[in-house]
Amino acid sequence: MSKGSLDAPAKPIQAHAHEVRSEDVVPLQVLSPEGEIVNPERLPDLTDDQLKEIMYRMVFTRTWDDRAVNLGRQGRLGFYAPVSGQEATMVGSEYALEKTDFICPGYRDMPQLVWHGLPLYQAFLYSRGHQHGGQIPEGVNVLMPQIIIGAQILHATGIAMGFKLKNEKRVVIAYTGDGGSSEGDFYEGLNFAGVYKLPAIYFVQNNRYAITTPYSKQTAAQSIAHKALAAGIRGVQVDGMDVLAVISAVKEAAEIARNGGGATLIEGLTYRFRPHSMSDDATKYRTKEEEAEWALKDPIVRFGKYLEAKGLWSEEDTARVKEEAKAAVAEHIKKAEQTEKMTVAGLIDSMFEQTPPDLERQKADFQ
Amino acid sequence: MAQMTMIEAIKDAMRVELKRDPNVVIFGEDVGHVGGVFRATEGLQAEFGEHRVFDTPLAESAIGGLAVGLGIQGFRPIAEIQFVGFIFEALDQMFVQAARMRYRSGGRYNAPIVFRTPFGGGVKAAELHTDSLEGLAIQTPGIKVVVPSNPYDAKGLLISAIRDNDPVFFMEHLNLYRAFREEVPEGEYTVPIGKAKVVREGKDVTIIAYGLMVHTALKAAAELEKNGVQAEVIDLRTLSPLDIDTIVESIKKTNRAIVVQEAQKSAGAAAEIIAQINENAILHLEAPVLRCAGPDTVYPFVQIEDVWLPTPARIVKTVNQVLEF
Repeated sequence: MSKGSLDAPAKPIQAHAHEVRSEDVVPLQVLSPEGEIVNPERLPDLTDDQLKEIMYRMVFTRTWDDRAVNLGRQGRLGFYAPVSGQEATMVGSEYALEKTDFICPGYRDMPQLVWHGLPLYQAFLYSRGHQHGGQIPEGVNVLMPQIIIGAQILHATGIAMGFKLKNEKRVVIAYTGDGGSSEGDFYEGLNFAGVYKLPAIYFVQNNRYAITTPYSKQTAAQSIAHKALAAGIRGVQVDGMDVLAVISAVKEAAEIARNGGGATLIEGLTYRFRPHSMSDDATKYRTKEEEAEWALKDPIVRFGKYLEAKGLWSEEDTARVKEEAKAAVAEHIKKAEQTEKMTVAGLIDSMFEQTPPDLERQKADFQ
Repeated sequence: MAQMTMIEAIKDAMRVELKRDPNVVIFGEDVGHVGGVFRATEGLQAEFGEHRVFDTPLAESAIGGLAVGLGIQGFRPIAEIQFVGFIFEALDQMFVQAARMRYRSGGRYNAPIVFRTPFGGGVKAAELHTDSLEGLAIQTPGIKVVVPSNPYDAKGLLISAIRDNDPVFFMEHLNLYRAFREEVPEGEYTVPIGKAKVVREGKDVTIIAYGLMVHTALKAAAELEKNGVQAEVIDLRTLSPLDIDTIVESIKKTNRAIVVQEAQKSAGAAAEIIAQINENAILHLEAPVLRCAGPDTVYPFVQIEDVWLPTPARIVKTVNQVLEF
């Protein structure tokens, strides 16, 4: 018996008029890799101060990521999923929202939570496996990072339905990666949002790899944005290394959602400069050439060039933000380390509003 | 007071709560316009509107996720999973996301959800409609498991479940939906979650049961009575948290017990109950606590479900084993 190949080239397909076909999508881009505006119609309406704030957050996030990787190696942080390379999708998409909008993150999406209001030391506590990391402050509209890939897509759908039932002009955004788009929950969430016309944005950060598995082993679809067609919602692809394109796409999707126009799936084409997690070795599945090619698309370099040309940013600014970020990380890791240790009795009490009698008795073993 | 079947009592509980609390919403497959495959929600959409009672696409995981998201937004969702065998599609949302929400967020968020699901054998249903999956639920921290056996309890327990600020898996036995009528008070009343009930007093042996098996146990107790054996029957009503105190009180009197469950034998509710009896009442026992349960097979093809499920005769046999020990 001959062994079949999973990579066998597809037989040529003859097109028929009744077949559903789709065209290639071209990702939305506002800034060229040289930092020039290539799509002035889609340039978001932002003041100079806002532009500087976005750059501040991106540089801060990159520095925080560098420091977090080091803190992880020193054993001062636990579970950590690096974010370098994805600052445009993360910072940009959050910046395009209102503070009243709600974020349902995946496990890599800590920057969006922090820029939406979660104190940095709580992000560190989450990494270190401390319950206070998940105690989101009142008024900060986010969920804790979701480990079960796809589950957050459904939570976003439910929260969006809540906004719709209460007649609130709020929007939910849920994040997942390219691998996450293969989950059943991903499709189910989009499909429900389509049926009920919910104010939701599903943002797929397509960084081309799900741990070691490349996009081509994840789906034969031309793009993840195409998957919106199956749910009858809007699908948009955006250059995820271009923060202005990300902001433009998310602002547009949010406005449509707020005005009753339903949900949008946004695919941001991006790249993580670091491995999947602290226990992953990317050299086993990625080439140096590929990494070098994507390094040229660095979202901070690109946006920096644009701001420098406008006289809004300089190397000194970058250096200053880096120092500020390092100082903030140092302060917040210290605060995390000084947070009171948890107790088993405390965990037992956090299971239910009222601890059942047997569980109450179990506490005695730990007091 | 009105004479109601269990399904009517369940509907009445939801009606009372829809009226009382504007945050209560009901959804699931076919629960809206038609009122559910068993008519548990019949007429509720017409009375309260499509924004309170609505149909969903056919996707159990998303039904669970919708409930979790709505719960975070202050709603009190009653999510129906059409048949118990389909909870596997929704397990992550029920047993991970909802059950852990309060703990993961240190109390910032909670999941005030009722997952209603019909289950239970003896009705010649298709595959995966009747399995007893409560064992999966009771070993899941963070979700309560309630199994009523009669119309009065069903209404009072469901109202309690809807008002509970933590998730409740509410299992409704198919064979009890329309089995009999009894007096059920109009309006609101609650039956506390976590409290068992002695439904027949006796001094010789304790039979611990829940769901349909309460009625099977009562039939067995009537048989035993003919031989002069006074069996005490406990209806657990809630499997998690377990009311071990009521069980221990009974065993102090009878010194012998069996547990009856419709589920297959291993690692189910009975195993947990017996473990807790051993921990709390070993010195009051004259004999080991035995289980009367289905064998450790997949739920049977319906042609033989009546002999697969525990019968009064098998319960009598098990009681005799502990009496003759």
